[in-house]
Amino acid sequence: MTDEKNYMQKAWWKIASVLLLIYTFTCGLLLDVPHLPALQETIRNLYFHVCMWFCMMVLFIISVINSIRFLRSFDLKYDVYARQYAVVGIVFGILGYATGAIWMSYTWADPNNPAFQSFSAVAREPKLIGAAIALLIYFAYLILRDSITDMDKRARISAVYNIFAFAMLFPTIWIVPRLLPSLHPGGESGNPALDTRDIDGRMRLVFYPAVIGWTLLGVWISTLKIRLKILKEKKMMHETL
Amino acid sequence: MKLCKKIYSLLFLLALSITVLGQGENQTVQMADLMRSNGRIYVVVAVMLTILTGLILYLVRLDRKISRLEKEIK
Repeated sequence: MTDEKNYMQKAWWKIASVLLLIYTFTCGLLLDVPHLPALQETIRNLYFHVCMWFCMMVLFIISVINSIRFLRSFDLKYDVYARQYAVVGIVFGILGYATGAIWMSYTWADPNNPAFQSFSAVAREPKLIGAAIALLIYFAYLILRDSITDMDKRARISAVYNIFAFAMLFPTIWIVPRLLPSLHPGGESGNPALDTRDIDGRMRLVFYPAVIGWTLLGVWISTLKIRLKILKEKKMMHETL
Repeated sequence: MKLCKKIYSLLFLLALSITVLGQGENQTVQMADLMRSNGRIYVVVAVMLTILTGLILYLVRLDRKISRLEKEIK
């Protein structure tokens, strides 16, 4: 790495992330929201659950960009970037999945049926299955990567695989769930949370800052992991020399 | 790192003072104070903000440690 400070060492966007998150946590809980049946106060989960997926998507995009940069330059630095952004993206994806599981069990599941019966209905959700497939593809990325010992080969194969994994994201979480009937918002009716007719103005006031705050937090964690990994590699090089 | 310790102890004392305030309230008449209004939602806000500050402080410390290591190795 060069001597000049790159974006990873700069503080302003980290401070921005913290401020936006504090804003999300206070205003997200305290400001007034539309009163809707079934959803009630759980509509506030929009500031948390949906943001996890936004953050995951942004991190995966950064990851695939770095994979392409690696394939263009064969600079191993970009390989480290791609890997760490993908890992943190997966973590946010799992968090999105877990929060979604909690949310749906109090809004979609039929309170009059035993839990098991409503589960069989809920588990057929195309969005859930799609998201699970997408995450599994990314798990496979990590397994593939870490099973190859040769550094250059590992970097090249995993960069190519990362591009395929990214391409698979679109059918699994964006296209297929939209073609099938679903309980999840955005089934057959466009973009949930982004459509201006779909989301209340009061909620947009918190939702957009929340997305930015969570995304910056994800990038922050990724940059820490990248810097640590690069330090480790440097140390290893010193020891072998 | 001294600064971090100071911030931690300050937060700890703040958390303590909140609980002490809450206990004092029980013996006297229930007043419509901030923490007990609106179905006590502010308690949830306080808890979530505490978790958030904890996580952020952890990240900041990690960031500083890595920066120090980067300087050392350079």
